[in-house]
Amino acid sequence: MSAVGASGGRPLLAVRSLTKLFGSFAACNGIDLDIQPGEIHALLGENGAGKSTLVKMLFGVLAPTSGEILWKGESVRIPSPGAARRLGIGMVFQHFSLFEALTVAENIALSLSPGISLSKVAEEASRLSHLYGLPLDPKAHVADLSVGERQRIEIVRALLQNPELIILDEPTSVLTPQEADRLFETLAKLKAEGRSVLYISHRLEEVQRICDRATVLRHGKVTGACDPRKETPASLARMMVGSDVASVSAAGTNTKGDVLLEARHLSVPARTPFAVALKNVCLKVRGGEVLAIAGVAGNGQGELFDALSGEYPVADASAVSVRGRAAGNLGITARRLMGAGFVPEERHGHAAVPGLPLSDNLVLARNQSDRRTFLSGGILGIIRRAVVNIASRRISETMDVRKSGEDPAAGSLSGGNLQKYIVGRELDRQPAVLIVNQPTWGVDAGAASRIRQALVDLAKSGSAVLVISQDLDEIFEVATEIAVISEGRLSDAYPARELTREKIGLLMGGMYGKTEEAAHAH
Amino acid sequence: MRIELEKRANPSTFYSILSPFLALGLTVIAGGIMFALLGKSPGSALYSFFIEPLLDVWSLHEIAIKAAPLILIGVGLSVCYRSNNWNIGAEGQFIAGAIAGSIVPVVFHDWHSSLVLPLMLIFGMVGGALYAGVPAFLKAHMNTNEILTSLMLVYIAQLFLDWLVRGPWRSPDAYNFPVTRDFAPEAILPELVSSGRANLGFAFAIIAAVALWVMMRYTLKGFEITVLGQSERAGRFAGFSSKRMIWFSMLLSGALAGLAGISEVSGTIGKLQPIISPGYGFTAIIVAFLGRLNPLGIIAAGLFLALTYVGGEAVQLTLTVSDKVTRVFQGLLLFFVLSCDTLIQYKIRLVFSRLTRGNEGAL
Repeated sequence: MSAVGASGGRPLLAVRSLTKLFGSFAACNGIDLDIQPGEIHALLGENGAGKSTLVKMLFGVLAPTSGEILWKGESVRIPSPGAARRLGIGMVFQHFSLFEALTVAENIALSLSPGISLSKVAEEASRLSHLYGLPLDPKAHVADLSVGERQRIEIVRALLQNPELIILDEPTSVLTPQEADRLFETLAKLKAEGRSVLYISHRLEEVQRICDRATVLRHGKVTGACDPRKETPASLARMMVGSDVASVSAAGTNTKGDVLLEARHLSVPARTPFAVALKNVCLKVRGGEVLAIAGVAGNGQGELFDALSGEYPVADASAVSVRGRAAGNLGITARRLMGAGFVPEERHGHAAVPGLPLSDNLVLARNQSDRRTFLSGGILGIIRRAVVNIASRRISETMDVRKSGEDPAAGSLSGGNLQKYIVGRELDRQPAVLIVNQPTWGVDAGAASRIRQALVDLAKSGSAVLVISQDLDEIFEVATEIAVISEGRLSDAYPARELTREKIGLLMGGMYGKTEEAAHAH
Repeated sequence: MRIELEKRANPSTFYSILSPFLALGLTVIAGGIMFALLGKSPGSALYSFFIEPLLDVWSLHEIAIKAAPLILIGVGLSVCYRSNNWNIGAEGQFIAGAIAGSIVPVVFHDWHSSLVLPLMLIFGMVGGALYAGVPAFLKAHMNTNEILTSLMLVYIAQLFLDWLVRGPWRSPDAYNFPVTRDFAPEAILPELVSSGRANLGFAFAIIAAVALWVMMRYTLKGFEITVLGQSERAGRFAGFSSKRMIWFSMLLSGALAGLAGISEVSGTIGKLQPIISPGYGFTAIIVAFLGRLNPLGIIAAGLFLALTYVGGEAVQLTLTVSDKVTRVFQGLLLFFVLSCDTLIQYKIRLVFSRLTRGNEGAL
């Protein structure tokens, strides 16, 4: 009955026809899965494939609609995360649940039963962290720690419960390549002790490198179970996506245009205690170029986008210029009128209002740049619905946006389709400058390749494109130049051909700025 | 066991249109039960509450008089609420407008000119807007909660009015009664039609409602209000300023409440006195929600709530029940409207979860 030929012995955890319905939508549909003791088992799938729903059921966050979970051969119900922990299941979530104002030890103590003294927790935590190669200072405040260190807290917190199965949800999405290497060593140690790991990822190289077996999900169903080392990335991708993914033909323009976007010594103090301050950021993007800014999440990407888009203007007008004109102190509308377009990271509630139809979301971004076309009645500003609807339909067709109905609410579209619309909304204007933050975050592979190709094509047509991304694969696919942001500082930009992942990793780790080592390390 | 509200994937459009009517029906049923418990015949009580006022020209005029301030204030509040600014102090802005508008006929009572009335109306709007400007300033620049500040300013306005009419503005000819001198004829808002007391205030209300309906439905300003109300961050991305929206919506609703205040004083009362409103500013909140924050819906809702005032007075006379019956009806109505809306958006689920211990036993 199991889709995987059991590799002998009783599985630690087995899942039989597990199904979770949200209304009539099956997020997980009859999932079968076996995890043997002492194996690293990969759960592969695109965003929305049902991976998170499945592990939430295993960790007692969601209750299954039907199906069975077997722990060491016995059928169990897992009604809460506490029950999962008592069984011996630990989990490290993709989004950390830490209090930034508290110390490491205090955060760990919060998840334990009350009555254990803080010093004892600190002692045990630092013992475990050394044992598994996860250095941590128990007295440090979480706010001061890097994302990689925060993840270690979560791992140590899970290890304190002495689990037999540890679930990691996309653990490397927030790590530098070096930090990821260190994590893999930890996982190898856990495996050597006979613990099992359920490793959720959509990064094929990683899975091939560290996992013993893989289960692939698509649209809530198991589409394959395999030994990832015997597969090629292409065959794994086919299982994940269901078809071959079009590869992006990279920008090959040699003709460099004028500098269309420039930041000169852009410094922005942190707006909130936990935000990142931008320090002396300098960058130049010429027409025909795609400058990609790599970096681990939370190193000032959002703040850089805010300053470049003009959502939060800065006092120094010359800090940002668009097409040669100083724009630092101008708002987003003025910068749009100068020919810039913007795609923020968060789709819902920033790039789009989920409750409003697509056509309204077109007006959202272009109410001033296309004032003459979209509005009439002079100062009254009457929206010309017919014109807007035609433009909206054109964008949907150009970007192949799949939707139900003529003009559905933005929130009803899948992430990939909404992102295609949001990117298409800007491309439709042929902006001279396009600034995109995380263009394909949480987007399915088909839509991602469509969006990346569109960015490359825009640059080829002579525009300047700035892409901020955490996804190195994406960066190498689209970029002509690459710079790295770390703790609010931006490195020099290097031609994409000259950079390796390792060098980017070094830059991510804080070797920012005009350092000779970085240039010579090549 | 716990109760969960689960968001419905596709809330029914049919029921969201029907919702206010369902709420009305439920209010009538609950009202009937209340009358029965008071020992009155529900049928005749409901008849004199809801039907009788509609059969008489005099009471139709009364309904128009009471609907005018409710609609004027309600449409202003709908703009506030749609933009996520929770102005609860329309009652105070109503009084501030009434006081500001009365400066001309009370202080300059010797000045007779056809300019008196237009000036009063402008002063009334400015007064209401300025008074709403206080919570707007506090929210935009000090990050203060406007629900609290606007509400507290209501009591200040009420006490200030009380002090004015007992002190500096008290009429010399009123035998020490706490009222100002009667307004001169040119300071009185003209009647709408010759058959009764209903005045131009009702026309103002209809004009304001239609104008705001056009704004919300067809213009970029209306779009800006909707966007900022649903997501401030998306509004910033669109180039809209939530700070400016705080000022715009608060000043607009304050001005309309002020206009309602001076229209009431000038058209219905003819002078200032300690109490000039039976809670119009608060009832207008119910009107705004019953009208689904849609200006045309608010016209209908305002007329209906006006009926509860007139009907309440009628049953007070004919059945000798307390005048609080009106407030109870209004409260029931708001409760049912909000409940119906909630149940259209969400479904209720009872979750029976067994104790976790039960299943650890299996290990």
